[in-house]
Amino acid sequence: MTPVIKVENLGKKYTISHQQREESSSLRDVITNSVRSLSKKVFSPFTPHTSPLFVSEDFWALKDVSFEVKQGDRVGIIGRNGAGKSTLLKILSRITEPTSGSIRIKGRVASLLEVGTGFHPELTGRENIFLNGAILGMGRQEIRKKFDEIVDFAEIEKFLDTPVKRYSSGMYVRLAFAVAAHLEPEILIVDEVLAVGDAQFQRKCLGKMEEVGLEGRTVLFVSHQLGAIQKLCTHCFLLGAGAVQHSGKTSEVIEEYLRVCRPGTVLAPVRKGNGTVTFADYHVGESDGKPKEQFFIGDPIHVYFSLTGRESLAAIEVSLELRDVYGDSVAHISNEDDGVVISCMDGVRRDYCVAIPECNLAPKNYFISLWTGKLYETYDYLIDCIEITVLQGGILSRKNPYPEHMKCYLPSRWSEVNG
Amino acid sequence: MIREGAAQIELLIEPNRPALHYWRDVWRYRELFWFLVWRDILVRYKQTVIGVAWSVIRPLATMIAFTVVFGLLAKLPSDEVPYPLLVFAAMLPWNFCANALSESSGSLIGNANLLTKVYFPRIIIPVSSIIVSLIDFTISLVIMAGVMLWYGYLPDWRIVTLPLFLLLAFLPVAGAGLWFAALNVKYRDFRYVVPFSLQFGLYVSPVGFASSIVPEKWRLIYALNPMVGVIDGFRWALLNGAVELYWPGILLSSALSLALLISGLWFFRKTERILADVI
Repeated sequence: MTPVIKVENLGKKYTISHQQREESSSLRDVITNSVRSLSKKVFSPFTPHTSPLFVSEDFWALKDVSFEVKQGDRVGIIGRNGAGKSTLLKILSRITEPTSGSIRIKGRVASLLEVGTGFHPELTGRENIFLNGAILGMGRQEIRKKFDEIVDFAEIEKFLDTPVKRYSSGMYVRLAFAVAAHLEPEILIVDEVLAVGDAQFQRKCLGKMEEVGLEGRTVLFVSHQLGAIQKLCTHCFLLGAGAVQHSGKTSEVIEEYLRVCRPGTVLAPVRKGNGTVTFADYHVGESDGKPKEQFFIGDPIHVYFSLTGRESLAAIEVSLELRDVYGDSVAHISNEDDGVVISCMDGVRRDYCVAIPECNLAPKNYFISLWTGKLYETYDYLIDCIEITVLQGGILSRKNPYPEHMKCYLPSRWSEVNG
Repeated sequence: MIREGAAQIELLIEPNRPALHYWRDVWRYRELFWFLVWRDILVRYKQTVIGVAWSVIRPLATMIAFTVVFGLLAKLPSDEVPYPLLVFAAMLPWNFCANALSESSGSLIGNANLLTKVYFPRIIIPVSSIIVSLIDFTISLVIMAGVMLWYGYLPDWRIVTLPLFLLLAFLPVAGAGLWFAALNVKYRDFRYVVPFSLQFGLYVSPVGFASSIVPEKWRLIYALNPMVGVIDGFRWALLNGAVELYWPGILLSSALSLALLISGLWFFRKTERILADVI
C-alpha cells in the first residue's frame, strides 16, 4: 500500500540568542548599542545577529527525521519532553515551516493540537460551533448537517444561545470536543488533547478516537499516556533528541522506551551553577535503590544522587524542591532543616539517599529540582530533573478523583466527640 | 473547506514553498475568511448598551467638533460647501483608514492562539479585519446621505467614481496594515507607534480643512501623504466637484500606495514563515 504520509530528512532549526550583559555600561552605551542593534534588526530582521551583544546558538529540534505512514495506520509518537514531538506535529499541521527536508501528505488533514481552538468567549455555543468548525476545516454546509449531532454529543441543548464565557469548564470542554469529534478528515493529527477533563470524559474521547481508527482513517497521536497509546495505536515512533530512535509495533517501541529512559529521570534538564560541587546519577526509587517513578499517596519515596566536589568544603547545603505540573512550588527539603551536615572532599564522590517516609501529595505529576550551594552561591542546580507521578489509591479510600487543584493530603484521625 | 476528493490532493511541505501554492490556499480558505469577518462583527458590540449606535455617534460628534473648531472659530475657507459636509466627506475615508489600520495592525497578536494551533494562510487575518471596518464605513455613508439631504445638497454623476476612491483608500491601508501586523509580531513597540501615527495623521491630512489652503508650490509634497489624494477624491466625488482634483497629487498618492501594498505583501510573506515561532 502506498504511504499517505512520507517524511524525508525533516529538520527544524531554532536560533536561540542570548543577550550578554556588559560589565560596566553607561546609559549612553546602552542607548547607542540598542539603536545599533535595532537598526540592524529592522534592516535584516529575523536573521541571527553578529553583534557582540548577542550570542546566538543553533538548536535542532528535529534533525534528519524520515518515516512513512500507510493508509489506515494508527501511529503513536512517544518520547520524553523536549524530544521534538510537538515540533513534528506543528510541521505536519503546517503551523511552522521546516528548515530542511520535505513531507508529502495525501488526503485531507485535520489537526487537533488543542481542544476548542478559536472559541470566542463572547459568542454563544451555537455561534462557536460554526466558528470552531470552520477553523478546524469544515465547510458551512458540513457543519449545518452535523449541527444536531454535535449538540447531542456535547449535551448542551439548553445553553446553545448562552455565551460560552458563562459555561462551566466541563460544558466548555464537552462542546469543544464534540466539534472536533465530528471532523471527518482522512488523516487526523492529535496532540495530548485527551489529557483534559475528568476520567469519564477521557474515556469518552478515547472511545471516539478508537471509532475514528476503526473507520480506516489514518491517525497520528502524541501522548504521554502509554496506556492510551497501547490501546489505540498499531505502530509507534520513539522520538529522542530530535530523531526517530525506534519504530515498529507499539508494544516493542513502548518496551524500548521504558528501557531507554530510566524511570523518573528527565533527560537534559536545565542546569545552572559554578560546578564547585556537581550532582550525578540522580533518580527516585524504592528503599533498595530500584528506580521507580510512580507512587501511590502515602508511599515512601527515596531520592538518590551522588555529589562530587572540586575542592574540599566543610559544610555545604543540599536541597530538593518539589514543583507540581503547573509550576507551583509544593515543598522544600534541605539538609540544614533536617540537621544533617554534608561535607565534601576534593575529587571524592559520595552517594546519598533522601528518604521521604510518607509522600502525601495530591495525585498528579511533580518535578524535583536538586540544588547545592552555600548561602547565595550556587554550585549546581538541576531544575526539574526528576519527574514523578503520584497516583490515587494507597492510604486514600475514596473512589472518585481527588480534587485536581489541591496540593497535598493531610493524614488525619477522625473521632466522634460526645459531650 | 478543502473540497477536493481524497486521492487528488497531495500536499507538499518543504522550506520556502512557492508563492503559487500560497495564493491557491488563500482561495481554498475563503470560507474561513468570511467566518472571521462574521465573528469580528458579532463580537464588536457584545455587552454594550447602545451597540451599533456607537458607529453613528462617533463620526457625528467628530464632525461637529471639527466644524466648530476649523469652520466657526478658525474661519477656514470651505470652497462654497457647508462646512459640516466638507468635514464629513473627508471623515468617511479617514475613519475607515484609521479603524482598518489599527484593527489590522493588532490582528495577528489578537489571534495568536489561532496562529499557533491551526494552519491557514495568515494573510486572511489582517485582511478580514480591514473588511470589518467597511461596516462602519457603510453606516457612515448612510449618515453622510442624511446630512447631505438636510443641506439640500444632491450629488451629481461624479458619485459613481466613489468606489474607485474607496479602492484608493484600501491600498495604503492594506499595505501599512500588513507591515504593522507583521512588525507587531516581533516588536510590540508598534502597538504604540500605530495610535500615535494615527493621531498625528489626523492633523497632517486634510480632514478638518480643505487641501486648497495648502500653498500651490507645496501641493505635490503634500500629496506624499497618501490620504491627501483619497480625501480630495472623496470630496470631489461627493460634493459635485466643489473641490478641484489635483491630478499630479492623486497619481503620486496612488503610486505610493501601490508601492506600500506590494512591499507590505512581501514583508508579510517573509514574516509569515517564522510567525508561529516568534509570536
